[in-house]
Amino acid sequence: MEVIKEDQVLDCSGLLCPLPVVKTSKAIKSLEIGQVLKMIATDPGAPADMEAWSRQTGNELLRATQEEGKFVFYIRRLK
Amino acid sequence: MAKSDPNAPRRLALIASKGTLDWAYPPFILATAAASMGWEVGIFFTFYGLTLLRPKLTAAVSPLGNPAMPMKMPFGPEGFQQISWPIPQLIMANVPGFNALATSLMKLTFDKKGVAKLEELRQMCIDLDVRLIGCQMTMDVFGFKREDFIPECKIGGAATFLEYAADADVQLFI
Repeated sequence: MEVIKEDQVLDCSGLLCPLPVVKTSKAIKSLEIGQVLKMIATDPGAPADMEAWSRQTGNELLRATQEEGKFVFYIRRLK
Repeated sequence: MAKSDPNAPRRLALIASKGTLDWAYPPFILATAAASMGWEVGIFFTFYGLTLLRPKLTAAVSPLGNPAMPMKMPFGPEGFQQISWPIPQLIMANVPGFNALATSLMKLTFDKKGVAKLEELRQMCIDLDVRLIGCQMTMDVFGFKREDFIPECKIGGAATFLEYAADADVQLFI
């Protein structure tokens, strides 16, 4: 799998809805357009929510995986 | 009815009509999530929901009238935490302090599971520019004054909310 280089990491482990979405939205605004945010979450609702959030905000969900029991998302800021 | 501005962002219009701890969460959760997706959000706080705009949040929860509420303990061994205690409504209604107990148990459960506190969610709404509208008529009925509510909210009536909701993509009564 191609390695994605993130510009910033946001750990939302242990947080439930809507906090991963709220914190991701805040964090992505601190990046430049084109930069990548790596977000880590344990909320089982996060995979579906991050897909919806990406569609709604127009940012690109580059990859959604599971690592060591956690959900890991790579999101590129497009807007 | 067509939106007055077709290029406007998506909009969520909520009515928060209940002031108990359990019913206070859905409007604040939906509002913060929608605002984080770039939507415009407005919440109209009416009747008991108006208390969610007081500076100090005192929302409590009662198992009374909520027979489906799981009565689980947020501490102890896992097997113990899984037990849903079959406490009859008649007992819950008559034991003094039962609501206070249920409220603190629910707050503890939420905290341990990683749910934000109500105060935090409300502050996030303010930071995300969610429009908080207190119901003027409810204020008059229950004898509240403008200074009884947080300065970040606006006061308005049904027409204020309806005009906002007419342009909304999602409207929910909670």
